[in-house]
Amino acid sequence: MKVDIPAKAKEQIEGLKDPTKTQVYTSIFRHKHDDTPRNRALGVLSNVFLHLHPAKINRDAVRYSYTWGMGGITFFLFIILTYTGVLLMFYYHPSKVQAFRDVLYLEHDVPFGKILRNMHRWAAHLMVIGVWLHMFRVFLTGSYKKPREFNWNIGVLLLVFTLLLSFTGYLLPDDQLGFWAVTVGTNMARATPLLGHEGPFGSMLGMTPYNDVRFGLLGGSIVDANALLRSYIWHCIGIPIVASILMIVHFWRVRKDGGISGPAPVMLAAEADKPRRGPKAAGE
Amino acid sequence: MDWRQLWEICSAPDNVPIVGLIPLLAFYIYLAWKQAHANDVLIEQLEGDAALAKTHHRKTWPFKAGWQKEVHVWPFLLRIEFLAAIIVTIILMVWSITLNAPLEEPANPNLTMNPAKAPWYFLGLQEMLVYFDPWIAGVVMPTMIIIGLMVIPYVDTNPLGSGYYTWKQRKFSIGTFLFGFIILWIAMIIIGTFIRGPGWQWFWPGQTWDHNRLIYEVNRDLPDIFGITSNIAKAVFGAIVVGGYYLLGGFVVYSLFRRYMGKDFKRMSLLQFGITQFLLLTMVALPLKMGLRLLWHIKYVWITPWFNI
Repeated sequence: MKVDIPAKAKEQIEGLKDPTKTQVYTSIFRHKHDDTPRNRALGVLSNVFLHLHPAKINRDAVRYSYTWGMGGITFFLFIILTYTGVLLMFYYHPSKVQAFRDVLYLEHDVPFGKILRNMHRWAAHLMVIGVWLHMFRVFLTGSYKKPREFNWNIGVLLLVFTLLLSFTGYLLPDDQLGFWAVTVGTNMARATPLLGHEGPFGSMLGMTPYNDVRFGLLGGSIVDANALLRSYIWHCIGIPIVASILMIVHFWRVRKDGGISGPAPVMLAAEADKPRRGPKAAGE
Repeated sequence: MDWRQLWEICSAPDNVPIVGLIPLLAFYIYLAWKQAHANDVLIEQLEGDAALAKTHHRKTWPFKAGWQKEVHVWPFLLRIEFLAAIIVTIILMVWSITLNAPLEEPANPNLTMNPAKAPWYFLGLQEMLVYFDPWIAGVVMPTMIIIGLMVIPYVDTNPLGSGYYTWKQRKFSIGTFLFGFIILWIAMIIIGTFIRGPGWQWFWPGQTWDHNRLIYEVNRDLPDIFGITSNIAKAVFGAIVVGGYYLLGGFVVYSLFRRYMGKDFKRMSLLQFGITQFLLLTMVALPLKMGLRLLWHIKYVWITPWFNI
């Protein structure tokens, strides 16, 4: 069989002029990108990262004044923290001998080490602020009400884990600031009722500084090498995993509970005890 | 007025977030209030005009027949998210370039920091340590705050105000939250950050931190004032005072609810109401105890061999 090689080559080179028709391209992008409503919807639905969104939302739901964008910003900060945190882990050893020196090394020798540490620190503070403001907004708009009660609870747990993440990170530079903050913080655990050796009824249950809840947190009776290691593992592995799982549930439930809560049409007092009628709520 | 001292506190790297949070909170409270007010005006108008209520689209933003009710996420939401991500990144970059994360001397168990402060977001709890023993301030109260937050959706039976800002339809719940969040939590953090100095003593903003200052104040216990000396009598007396607070307070909450929030009270089950009552009184107990301590130097109300409150 005779093949016209030059003609075939020419045809294939012509084909390269439109790369969107190649097999490689079509295997990655499943739909066209010309501006049609269908393609706009597919752009969201066929993308694993974006498909958390619905294809369409209420026209008012994009107003910044309603959501303040704080939930999304908090999640974005979590991503930044994971990214900078992983980079920091390359330069850090959670041991009493090395930890403080590693931070000095980061500050003075590692290329961009200082801005890396700064970004991690300030993003953590911003995340705490973001969580608080997000909660504040959710409360003020009554968004925890039926059917979103359970998701509010997941959110409260995420608040706790955000604070714990921040707190466990505080000890890691192994400097005076972190050491005394964690000492003050964990000293309170001594006083846990029943489970702390200085807490009410603790000594009656046989609690001593060597077996109570504080000992469990620190891996010892003082803030020392074991506390540093425990802090590190909770900070880098334990809490991020739990928090990530809760975040998955949180985001999933936002969708399953009918999208973001509003801005919903206002309800009148007279309608309060009747089954809901009239204009549908956003996202329903 | 010691401006240098004030500047040192405000510009301490780890205090900058709380300095930033205050105007941020003011802005968002304003933003929320503006929308709540607009919605309340609309609600009032619709409640007075039944015909309009049937046809109105029920939002303060304009809407005309023929307008699309929904918009595509791509691009109308995604562009906002993208923009927000860029803005946050820029803010974070600028902040990280201009301000260094704090790093003190290496940890030294033999050299106590004075004042030894927790990170700013926990200073509310640390401030609570002045007024309560660690088992309450450090363990019971935080647990109650978390549980209290978690039960909110299950005890708030008011169906109004879901998904929009309002004040008039939810005066009680919003008022309570503002009290707990702004007055108690944020104000205590501000006290802990800006006012507490060496020895956790009270220094007004701008007052020089004096590491040698001693305060000669004698804290008394409530039973002492009444001349009660025996341990058993103290324990019984304290139990009566604390129990009486919850009983009397519970009655006050009950009558206020009956009087001003009849509809909500009717909707609530006894369990829901009991939990609300208990959490509310516990929250109010904090500023009451602060007042007892700051005004009358009272340390404990209830003294037993096992715990003191």
